[in-house]
Amino acid sequence: MRFLFKTHYNQDIDHLKHGGDRFWYGLLLVLAAAAPAALGTFYLGELNLVMIYAIAGVGLMLLVGYTGQVSLGHAAFLAIGAYTHSLLLGAGLPFLLSIVAAVLVSALVGAGVGWIALRMTGIYLAIATLAFAMLTEQTISRAEWLTGGFRGLAVPQASLFGMPLTQGWQHYYVTLTLLVVTLLAALNILRSSTGRAMVAIRDSEISAESVGINLAVYKTLAFALSAGITGLAGALFAHRLGYLSPDAFTFLISLQLLLMVVVGGVGSMRGVIYGALFIGFLPQLLAIARDTLPPQIAQAPGLEPGIFGLILVLVILFEPQGIFGRWLKIKSYFQLFPLYRRATHRRQKTYLRTERLR
Amino acid sequence: MVNFAQGDLMMLGAFVAVTLIGDFGLPWVLGLLLSVLALAVFGYLLDAFVLRRVLGEPQFAIVMLTIGLGFIFRAVAGLVWGYDPQSFPTPYTGKSLRVGEVVVSYENFAILLGTLILCVVLFLFFRRTRLGIAMQATSQNQLAAYYVGIPVKRVFSLVWAISAGVAAVAGILLAPVSLVQPGMGFIGIKAFAAAVIGGFGSIPGALLGGWIIGIAEQFAGVYLPAGFQEMSAYGILILALILRPQGLFAQIQRKKV
Repeated sequence: MRFLFKTHYNQDIDHLKHGGDRFWYGLLLVLAAAAPAALGTFYLGELNLVMIYAIAGVGLMLLVGYTGQVSLGHAAFLAIGAYTHSLLLGAGLPFLLSIVAAVLVSALVGAGVGWIALRMTGIYLAIATLAFAMLTEQTISRAEWLTGGFRGLAVPQASLFGMPLTQGWQHYYVTLTLLVVTLLAALNILRSSTGRAMVAIRDSEISAESVGINLAVYKTLAFALSAGITGLAGALFAHRLGYLSPDAFTFLISLQLLLMVVVGGVGSMRGVIYGALFIGFLPQLLAIARDTLPPQIAQAPGLEPGIFGLILVLVILFEPQGIFGRWLKIKSYFQLFPLYRRATHRRQKTYLRTERLR
Repeated sequence: MVNFAQGDLMMLGAFVAVTLIGDFGLPWVLGLLLSVLALAVFGYLLDAFVLRRVLGEPQFAIVMLTIGLGFIFRAVAGLVWGYDPQSFPTPYTGKSLRVGEVVVSYENFAILLGTLILCVVLFLFFRRTRLGIAMQATSQNQLAAYYVGIPVKRVFSLVWAISAGVAAVAGILLAPVSLVQPGMGFIGIKAFAAAVIGGFGSIPGALLGGWIIGIAEQFAGVYLPAGFQEMSAYGILILALILRPQGLFAQIQRKKV
């Protein structure tokens, strides 16, 4: 077990607590930067997709994992980011500006949704965000003059600093840079007073309000931040898809994003990465699994959502803290060996109580 | 406790009824009773083996769990019964009732009558019986209900049994009007909209909410351009949440410290 000897207050809020952290994260960064040299086009593309998922996951994690607001409608923000980006790109805006605009538009819409959602908690919020996502999907498919409806919208070719982005590795580096920036930004927000306020709201709205946190401001802010980051992911996702249509942003995508957050581990940024890896490579695993199953089951059209549902159920039942939680348990098992006790990680139960007065 | 898989339970109920009545050739009433019973047993077991484990976890876990269950149900129904829409034979198919100027098909009349009977029965059950009041107590405060001697776990399982049974009735009533297919549970989202507009925990509110949504959808389909019909339910839901988030018949009030 490692004991940190702290000599400065700033050590409490350092991102990298000690030499080991610095070494491993540095190694990860080097490996990620070197990946295009080692991986083929297909796996590089998949890794790119995983990182796009991770960016969206960071956005959703800020909302679900740190502010405690459930959203079943994040595919809508993804769609708004994607459409804004491709429309502005098509209108001749430079790549970087159009991405910034996509983030701003999504954040603005997110702030609007957050403002509406202020009076709601828990299930009401989930339903309202779901309704919002349905509305967005319908609007996109009906506003044919703008989005092309179901005929689709071709995503224009992007170019960065005068260099056209055509190769897989170029997109990979763009996504990697934006992912690192997003992660650092999110982590910095979380250690600032804004982030602390969000965590306080998650843990208890009433006590947060009692210590002077303006619930309306911080909830709206959390929604805006989350939507903005998801919009960024949407803009990158547009390039990945190449052709936008409303059925690329269905409820299933919202669910996938949530699944990612839950499987990775609610309330940890590392969990986002684990979850993104899981979601990104699950279709490959399913494709392999399909070969071993009897054909009448393997070829059934609704199998994939069913498997998603099954994984969701199993994770919530058996490992509510996700992959990150499991990792923490394994780590502390070895750190404390042979003194590890299962009760260390047992969560306190909170029994449901509604404020129904009649 | 909120169930996002309610629409899918309804779909399962309709499929069970189709199998019992259409394929096995049971009499209509017997098939109906049997499928409601089957779904009730299914709901009880579902709670006893799956949902009971998340009792005491944050509500987020329950929402996610029921969404996951809904997806599983849909996939299983697709595997077992296929994705082709099936029609549902009833003794009253194709006949219609004439009241003065208005012609109502028996299918719609059955829905109306069934809903009314169901509402009255549920209302009386929750107001008059010991079990119904115990359920209300459990929904208000689990811990306090446990302290006064209510077997909270069993009550929860029974609530799930009733809710699955009611879902089966809804599925059977809906089946003749819309065809039976794995995706029919999506109407459940609209049911949610109805419940939210009316205010959770209020049966008259849910009725009124459903009525508002139904009327609005029909009017939007006639008077507004195409596409607004699908959007109107969600639009009204969001509007209602902005204007009156606690529902028309509010039962929930803000907690004061």
